[in-house]
Amino acid sequence: MTTAKTNKQNTKRLSPKWIFLIVVVALYLSLYFFQADKMLPILNSYLKLLINILPIFVFVYFLMLLSNYFTDKELLQKHMGESGTIKGWAIAIIAGIASAGPVYMWYPLMEDLKNKGVKDRFLSTFLFNRGIKLQWLPILLTYFGLLYSIVLLIVMAILSIPQGLITEKLVSLSSSDKT
Amino acid sequence: MKINKQKLKQSSKKAFKGFVGVLPIIFAMLLLVSMINNLVPKSFYSKVFSGNTISDSVVGALLGSILTGNPISAYILGNGFLKNGVSLIAVTAFLTAWTTVGIIQLPAETMVLGRKFAIYRNISAFAISILTAIITAYIVGLLS
Repeated sequence: MTTAKTNKQNTKRLSPKWIFLIVVVALYLSLYFFQADKMLPILNSYLKLLINILPIFVFVYFLMLLSNYFTDKELLQKHMGESGTIKGWAIAIIAGIASAGPVYMWYPLMEDLKNKGVKDRFLSTFLFNRGIKLQWLPILLTYFGLLYSIVLLIVMAILSIPQGLITEKLVSLSSSDKT
Repeated sequence: MKINKQKLKQSSKKAFKGFVGVLPIIFAMLLLVSMINNLVPKSFYSKVFSGNTISDSVVGALLGSILTGNPISAYILGNGFLKNGVSLIAVTAFLTAWTTVGIIQLPAETMVLGRKFAIYRNISAFAISILTAIITAYIVGLLS
C-alpha cells in the first residue's frame, strides 16, 4: 500500500518534458521491434545532430546566465509602468528579448503591469519579442546561419511594434462595440 | 560596472536549473527529428506544402501555433523541414508562430490578461508571423 502510494507520488512528480522523452524512447523501442533495419541510419542521424549541437550548449548556458543577471523584474515594472512612447516601446522590446524562462513565469508581472495601467500595446509587444530568445541564439545560428538569424531577429523586433498597436486597436474596437 | 556576486550566484544557479530542465526536450526532439527525417518520405512535405508562398506560410504558421514547447524544438523541427525541401517562408512562419502564438497557453493568458487581449494578441501575432516570414525570406533572398 505504502509502496503504491510512493509510486503514485513519483508518477505525479514526473514533469511533462520527461514524459515526452519517455514517449519518444518508447517509439524507438517499438520501431526496433517492428523495423529493426531502420534503427541504424536513424541512430547515426541522431548522433550527427547531437555532435553538432553539443558545443553550442556552453554558449547557451552563458547567455542564460547573462539574461538572468540583467533582467530585473522590479526595474522592468518601474520603467514599463511609465509607458512613455519611445521609452515604452524600447523597454517592451528589450525586456521581451532579454526575458528568460517559460511565458507563464511572466504572467504575474504582466497582470500587475496591466492593473497598473500599462497599455496593451506594450504588453503585446513584450510578449511578441519573447519569441526572440537570446539564450537560444547560438542554436538558431547553428541551424539557420548568421544572415538568416540576424534578419529574422530584426524583422521580428520591428514588426512587434505594429503587432502591439494592432492588438490594442482590436481590443479597444471590440470594447467600444459593446458599449 | 560593479558585479553583484550574490546576484551572479543566483543567476548562475537559475541558468543551470533552466538549462538542465530543457535537456530532456532537446534529446527528445533530436530523437524525434532523426526518426521523422528517416521515416517520412519527402513527398509528404510536398503534399502539405504546395510551394505557394501564401498557403505555405499559412500552413507553417498554423503548425507553429498549434504545436508548443521550447523554441529549440521549433529550430530543430524547422531545420528538418528545410532539409526536406520546405520553403524558407513556410519554415520562418512556423518558427515565428511557434514562439509568438500560443493556442495551448490561451486559457492561462485569458485568465491573467483578459479574454479580449489574449484572443486579439494571438490573432495579430499569427498574422504578423506570416508577414515576418515573407519579409525575412525576401531580405535573405536579396542578400544571399
